[in-house]
Amino acid sequence: MLVNQFLILGAVLFCIGVYGVLARRNGVLVLMSIELILNAVNINLIALGALQGPEAAVTGQVFSLFVITIAAAEVGVGLAIVLLIYRNRTTVDLDEVDLMKG
Amino acid sequence: MLAQNLSFAVLATVATVAALRVVSTRNVVHAALYLVVVLASVGALYVLLAAEFVAAVQILIYIGAIVVLFLFGIMLTRPTIGSEHGLDNDQRWMAGVTGLLLLGLLSFVLVDGFGDRQLPRLDGMSREALTAERGTAAVADSIFSTYLVPFEAVSILLLAALVGAIVLARRD
Repeated sequence: MLVNQFLILGAVLFCIGVYGVLARRNGVLVLMSIELILNAVNINLIALGALQGPEAAVTGQVFSLFVITIAAAEVGVGLAIVLLIYRNRTTVDLDEVDLMKG
Repeated sequence: MLAQNLSFAVLATVATVAALRVVSTRNVVHAALYLVVVLASVGALYVLLAAEFVAAVQILIYIGAIVVLFLFGIMLTRPTIGSEHGLDNDQRWMAGVTGLLLLGLLSFVLVDGFGDRQLPRLDGMSREALTAERGTAAVADSIFSTYLVPFEAVSILLLAALVGAIVLARRD
């Protein structure tokens, strides 16, 4: 298998995630798009690790485990923030959350 | 080799189509369920790359925990569950152009940089040699020796995120 198969799939998922972050208005959907981006990163880490030999393969797996853990923490805090926005403004529309816009 | 390439093609197609549905569907719950499809296909791709522990963690943490969190988030922030308008903002065309430009740039760089470099073939190795070399035991050894300090730091981070989420979400 070519390493580029995996890297380009990662790039595709990353770009779909970037589109989602830019185009979605719902806060929960933006968080889902961020998960797509983090998954693309994990594919890249594991594919590049597998390319470089056994030690790098293990290192790539360990780093992707760290990324998965941090993604879980990020979703927990992110959803708590979205819930707080909903409670204060009864909407999760990110276009209406413009308190800090100059 | 053919079987591997064939399964890659199927999984990559499923992941891409489901990811496109995640960012384009009008129903928020469907987006979460399509996210499950993406995450499961990516987990299967990890198996294809001989990273079986990461695949198991992907299923457990992502599908088991994160998607359930998303579903709870949707449930708590929606007056109605169902198809709805206005999930996309008016800059979606610019967002599409940005995504396509980024994809073109990344593909060009990847094809230019890695060309047709092959992943090392693992199907000649015995299963014992493969697991000793890059299996779950090797990953565990690496986490608890080389990456022990980052591992502990991540556990502190998880604790801080837990406390932070409770502080943010609870009603006083």
